Formats: sequence, structure tokens, C-alpha cells
Amino acid sequence: MSFSISLSVNGVTREVALDDPRVTLLDLLRERLHLTGSKKGCDRGQCGACTVLLDGRRVNACLALAVACDGAEVVTIEGLAAQDPSGADGLHPVQAAFIAHDGFQCGFCTPGQIMSAVGLIREGQAGDDPERVREGMSGNLCRCGAYAGITEAVLEAQRVLTAGDAGHEQEDAA
Amino acid sequence: MPEITLTQDPVHLRHGSNIGRPLTRRDGLLKVTGAARYAADNNPKGLLHAVVAVSTVARGRVVALDVEAAMAHPGVVEVMTPANRPALAGDPDAKPNPLVFRLDLLQSDRVRYAGQPIALVVAETLEAATEGAVLLAPRYESEPPAVGLDDGERFVPTAVGPGAPAELRHGDVEAGLAAAAQAIEATYETPPQYHNPMEPHAVVARWDGDRLTLDTPSQAMAMARLRLAALFGIPPENILIRSPFLGGGFGCKGLLSGPQVLGVMAARLVGRPVKLALTRAQLYGPVGHRSPTRQRLRLGADGEGRLTALEHHTLMSSSRFDEFFEPASNASHALYASPAIATLHEAVRLDCGTPMFMRAPGEAPGSAALESAVDEMAEACGLDPLEFRLRNYAEVEPTTGRPFSSKALRECYARGAERFGWERRPLAPRSLRDEHGLLVGWGVGTAIFPALMFEAEARAVIRRDGGGTVEIGACDMGQGAWTALAQIAADAVGLDGERVEFRSGSSDLPDGGIAGGSAHTATAGSAIHSAGAAVVARLAELAMADERSPLFGAGNAGVVARDGRLHRRDDESRSEGYAEILERAGLAEVEARGKGAMDAAAQQRYAMQAHGAVFAEVKVDPDLGQVRVTRLVGAFAAGRIINPRMVVSQYYGGMIWGVSFALHEQAVMDRRSGRPMNADLAGYHIPVNADLPALETILVEEEDPHVNALGIKGVGEIGITGTVGAIANAVWHATGVRVRQFPITLDRLLG
Ligand code: FES
Ligand code: FES
Repeated sequence: MSFSISLSVNGVTREVALDDPRVTLLDLLRERLHLTGSKKGCDRGQCGACTVLLDGRRVNACLALAVACDGAEVVTIEGLAAQDPSGADGLHPVQAAFIAHDGFQCGFCTPGQIMSAVGLIREGQAGDDPERVREGMSGNLCRCGAYAGITEAVLEAQRVLTAGDAGHEQEDAA
Repeated sequence: MPEITLTQDPVHLRHGSNIGRPLTRRDGLLKVTGAARYAADNNPKGLLHAVVAVSTVARGRVVALDVEAAMAHPGVVEVMTPANRPALAGDPDAKPNPLVFRLDLLQSDRVRYAGQPIALVVAETLEAATEGAVLLAPRYESEPPAVGLDDGERFVPTAVGPGAPAELRHGDVEAGLAAAAQAIEATYETPPQYHNPMEPHAVVARWDGDRLTLDTPSQAMAMARLRLAALFGIPPENILIRSPFLGGGFGCKGLLSGPQVLGVMAARLVGRPVKLALTRAQLYGPVGHRSPTRQRLRLGADGEGRLTALEHHTLMSSSRFDEFFEPASNASHALYASPAIATLHEAVRLDCGTPMFMRAPGEAPGSAALESAVDEMAEACGLDPLEFRLRNYAEVEPTTGRPFSSKALRECYARGAERFGWERRPLAPRSLRDEHGLLVGWGVGTAIFPALMFEAEARAVIRRDGGGTVEIGACDMGQGAWTALAQIAADAVGLDGERVEFRSGSSDLPDGGIAGGSAHTATAGSAIHSAGAAVVARLAELAMADERSPLFGAGNAGVVARDGRLHRRDDESRSEGYAEILERAGLAEVEARGKGAMDAAAQQRYAMQAHGAVFAEVKVDPDLGQVRVTRLVGAFAAGRIINPRMVVSQYYGGMIWGVSFALHEQAVMDRRSGRPMNADLAGYHIPVNADLPALETILVEEEDPHVNALGIKGVGEIGITGTVGAIANAVWHATGVRVRQFPITLDRLLG
């Protein structure tokens, strides 16, 4: 049996014929669309390496079935910079902050950490409180132990992004 | 490998390049955009997916596999079992030297540990292969397994770690204990631990006749290539291994694991490229672990608090079929001065996968026990634990009398203590509380890790366009080889970083050696350094022999290479650019190779160790026993620092492994089945971001003229040592309870 779904991935509409209902969103991205930036660390929702934005919210792509994503809008690490290239080197500010604060070592958890950070900042729950940032980033494991840099990077990106928002509001008001 | 040409990386360009500068990672752009390609990210045309089926029993035989059911599943292409696996030229059970480990490559129906691969299903899709593996529904004949340290017969191994003696006796421990004013004896236990890199082992393998290309994470590509060549009976030159990025290694990707070879066998069997990625659960078996240990320490001290004896005995395990013995007692060799030191090891054999090097093998559990025991000794002497350590400071290596090649441990103690505020620590335990009524404790631990060197080779080229290339098959598993080695390379050939193409991460380059033992930067860096010196010497010869050159006749005064020019050492105003020298000589380029290796004579004369001091603050809920580390300060001295930004990250990473060791991670074994009961990342706890406090590291300057030409000691593992003890000691200081079983969990603290 085949299932046809249509979803937007990084702004591009993808029509996908699935031969198998068991395909997860993560495996769809990695093995069928060859968007391998999202990583598989556990396939069980326990590590966060596969974090993507699904309709604007951070989710573990390994826990989402692809067939359930019909009509969804997915942003992966590959498409993040295009969303807001205002950081250094045309990167998204969160990506740039990860480089600046050495928020990674091996880099394997990094796409998930970055997507999770983008999600966290959008949720507006953590603000500039390091404790809450650490808590909000705790669904993303890093065996290399890059947590100090990750926290600093998220706090800096949060500052940059909220300053940007404030700037936009001022422009709007003017 | 066009996708990893890093010289154009703008982040890199922005910062320039040379030794000692805190450059951001040259591979940073690739890693934050998802473009860094790890092994499982490769999807060659015609790719099939393989899934391993692993044993659920720990000892016995596979008596039935429903191959038919698996084959009948749509999409399944082949099932590989002992009956049809490709013939191997080399015996996977052969043991020509201690660094070749026995692999399970479906050589028989025998099962020797839970999690052992027993079959492989290859399919058009990952989903079909996964389902096929389930359909195999294996049946077993099983025997009761030996699971814990009390289950086997003890013996003294012939060697521990990578070939160290199992027993070392210096002085008379019994006499020292008899003469002691105070003595303690304590036994500490550490659990089995699994490396759990975030990237599970994966391989994408393709055969082209008898040529093999594989993408697979490797901390030692040349060794992996030799092993594959022997197993498949092909020349090593026929094998190309690409490992530009490892998603963490920590020792379990040091030597090729069985499943990686199974992927290669499957590709051979089906005649198409095959991708095999282990699941998280499958990392708990065939890719190594750290053995559990039971360590008994006996210490004696005189009336002044000076050690009179130190005995460190470790009981640990290896597998029933192969040998790796965690050398935990050896952590006591070089740290504290004592007229009598004995380090002893005994082992038992268990029905488990073979243990393996795991970040700070020996030192991590050994330091945990030693640093706890030293604290207990300090307490018995009524001394501040830092003062006790200073009274027992080793001015020379205690077991040999050799001087240290360099040792800035005193500065580490002093600067760490000052930063931490150690002088305000009350001596008595359970005497600090915070504003919420939580118990507060402060502890210290000494960090130590040997400064090792292995062997590596590099090639350096200087071109007529004024640029250069440096090549080495080095491995970046997160420590920052792409950056640190490129910095060394730039200095070695006397060019700006952006003028040097640095090529690495594949086996067709000169052998970069092993990324392990905290020795990769030292070893590969030395190889690059000497290749650079050699190519510059070629260029200098050309110039000095040419009377049209301003360097003509520089002779013994010699030249120095800087910014793409050679300068006369005795008159820096006389210089010439690389391009002109080559232009006039009519050469497109000059090249040279160089080696990095241990200097055996220096190694004989000096004890070589990196040192550090770690200070920890913990807070403990007096009712619930919940422990949180709230502050960690580590001061380390490890010779020349190539890139402080990356070194700080290595120290943090090590210290976080220390937190994990002290408070979180352990595999809990099911005594009946021999399986770990928590073979995932939900049950096997490693610290999450919220578990980590404000971390701080202090880089203590240290110049070492003896370890190697660059003075590098290595920083990858030392952070674990010291940290575990510091936390355990802080927990005691907070509560007055000494938990001697790691990890220190709340039940153990309350019980
Ligand atoms: S791979 Fe999805 S949470 Fe680990
Ligand atoms: S950077 Fe290696 S796991 Fe996070």
C-alpha cells in the first residue's frame, strides 16, 4: 500500500509517495529526502538529536510518523539560515552564537540543539535566565559535554533576537 | 573530499591562524548548518539498508532463526547468518597482538554475550530491514551467565590496559602501615559504564571488485584499514576509509568494532552498497564498555600527615573470550609521595562483550577511588584535604624517582583554591547550609593523566603560488583536530592559516595515528611540525645555494620561515618569499614528510604527566538525599596550549564526564539474563544541561621542553580525573556520609 503526503520542508513543497506507513519523519528526511542534517541518536525520543521545527514547534522527528505530517511545515537545520540570515556569515543568529561560544565539540547533537534553541526562544519561556535556559535545553543530550557553550550561545542568541524584535517594533511604530 | 575543504571557511578567515590563538572551529560552519557529513549521512546510489539482529541471551547457542519469514517480508533482499556469510581470509578470533580484539562476525552459532550480533537483514528500506530482523525470532539454548564481579574466579592478568604490568611494588607497604600513626582501609565500587557517543556506530560500505570504500567513524583509520585488509585478504591500499567527523568516540571507535565489519561483509554478500547503523540499544554489547571495578585502598600516614604507605588493589572484569583489563590501580603511581606504594590488579571473566578503552581508562575509576581515599586519610589525620595533598606532593615520581618533565600542580592547587574560595571551608562535615536549608559541601580532587605519544606521519607541500598543503589522516571526534592541527600546520610551514590547505580525515593520507590517550594533538602535531620543518629546509637549501638569493650562504646561521618568507636568522632584514625561491629554481612545489613519535630517551629520563586540581561544591537535600553540583572549578596544567577555546571545551567535557561518573551513569545488569536493564538514554543517565552548574576552568601555564618538540601534553581525558573525587568528597563534606559506591545516588546516600 502506498500513501501520498505533501509537506513543506524548508519552504519547498515535497510530494512524497510512501511505500511504508512505518516511516518516521526523521527517516523520511534522512533516508528519502537526503536531508541528513537532522541526526538519529536514539530513535526513541530520548536524546533530541533529531529535533526539527514542525509547524513552528520543536519536536523529536524520530517520534513523528511521516504519514501524520501531511500538510505540515517542517524546518530543519539545513533551512534555518534562510529563515533569518542576520547572524555572522549569513547564519541564523543561533547558529552564529553556537560557533562563537563553542557550543559543540563533535557536532552530532548540534543540529538538534540549535533547532531546540530556536524553538525555546520562540516559546518565550526562558528569557535571559540561565537556569531556565538549561532546563529548557535539557531534552537535548550532549555526550561531549558542550553544555556551558550551549547555554551561553542560547542566551546570546536570545538577546540578539529580542533586540532585533524590539528594533522591528520601533520601525513599525515609526 | 570536496565537501570538507575547509580553507574557505569564512569563520576561519576572520580569525587568522597560529598556535595559541583561540580560533573558532574551522569546521564550525559545516557543523551548525547540518552540512558536516557523518558516516550514516552518506547515501550512495543503489544503497541497501542493513539491520543487525542481536542476541538476547548472554551465553549459549542460537538454535533457530526464521530466515524464511524475514526473507518473505517485502523489501528484504538478504539475510546474512553464519550459514551464508562471505568467507573471511582472516580469523576474527585470532589475537596476533593485544590491540587486536576478537570480533563477532557470525563465525558460528555460539553466543558469548547479550547484544552479540547473530544475523543481519539487508533490505531496500530501513523499515523493511528493521521488520525483517524482528521476524527472525531467534531461539536459543542458553546457560546461566556470569554477570558480576563475584561470579567468576579471580586471577592476576598478565598485563593491564595497553600492556602495563598488573602489579607494581615499591617499598614495603606492610611496614609502612605498621609504622603509621593513622591508617585507613576502604573499598570503592564503580559500575559498568558504556561510552554512548551521540553518534551510534555506522558504516556505509561499497565494494568495487576487491576495492573497498567505507564511510565509518574511526579514531585510528590506518589500524582499521590493516584489520580490514587482514580479514578480507586484500591489500590495505585497496581500502579507503573516510572519517572526516566522528559523532563522539571516547574510545569505542578506537578499534574497528564487529558491527562495522558486518556492514562490509553484507555489502560483499549482496554486491551493492550497504548502510548499517546500530541502534542505541545495540551500543550496549559489541562496541565495548568500561568494566565495573571494586577497589580496595589501604593508606597509612605519620603524625604529620605524610603518607607512609599506599596500596591500591583493583578487581575488574574482562569478557570470557578476550582481554582488556581496566588499569585502575595505576592511577596511584605518580600522584602522591609515599615511601611504599603497591598497585595490584585482579580480574574475573564475565559473559559480556569485551571491555574497551573508555575515556581515561584506568585513571577515571582509579582516581575516583584514590581521591576519595586520600580525603578519608586527611580526615583521619584531622587535616584540611588540600593541605594533606600538599604535604604529600610528589616532587619526583614516587615509584621511580624520575623527575617530572614539568609539573605545575602547585599552581593549579593555588589558583583553583583561590578562585573557589577554599580558605573559607570549615573542616567539619555537615556544617554548611544555604538559605534554603540545603546541606552544602566543598571537596577537592587532584587530576592527573599521562602525557603520551604514539606514532604519526604527515606530508607538507609548499607551492610556487606561495600557498601550502598539509596532509595527515587525523581524526576529529570533537576535540578540534580540524582546527588545532591546522594551526600547527600553518606555523610549521610559516604561512597564514588561510594560505594552507589542511587535508585530513581519510585513510589515503599519511597515517595520523590514533586519536586516543589524549595524545593525538601531541603526536599528529609533532608529525606536522616535523614535516613542515623538513619542507622549509628543502626550500632553504634551494635559496642558500643560489647566489641570486638574499639568503645565499646563510649556512650555519640558518633561516626562519614566517609569513611565506624565509628570513636569515642572523639578519632578519634579508629575506625572500617562497614564490620567488621556487620560481627561480623552476619548481612548481617542494614537499617533505615528517614523523611524530615518542622520544624514548626523554621518556626514560622523565615522568611525563599533565596535572590539575578540581574543586566542587554540592548541595544536598537533607530529607531527600538529592545531590546537585552547584559549582566546579578546574585548574589544569598540560604543557603548551594550541587553541585555548577548544582546550577549555575539552576540560569542560571531561569535568562533565566526572559529574556523570560521580552522580549519574551506570549500567544496571540483570543477574539472570546478563543484559543491561537500562540499555537506552532514558535509563542510562548522563547529565543534561540542567544538571550542570557554572563550570570554570583555569589554564595554568606550563612549559615542557621534554615531552615533544611542541611541548604539548594533551587535555582530552584529564578533566574526568579529580572531578569524580572532588564531588564525592564534597558530598561527604555536605552530609558527613561517605558513599563508597558510584554513582552516588540518593538511595545510597540515605541508606
Ligand atoms: S533520535 Fe530522536 S530523540 Fe533521539
Ligand atoms: S557536541 Fe558531541 S554530542 Fe554534543
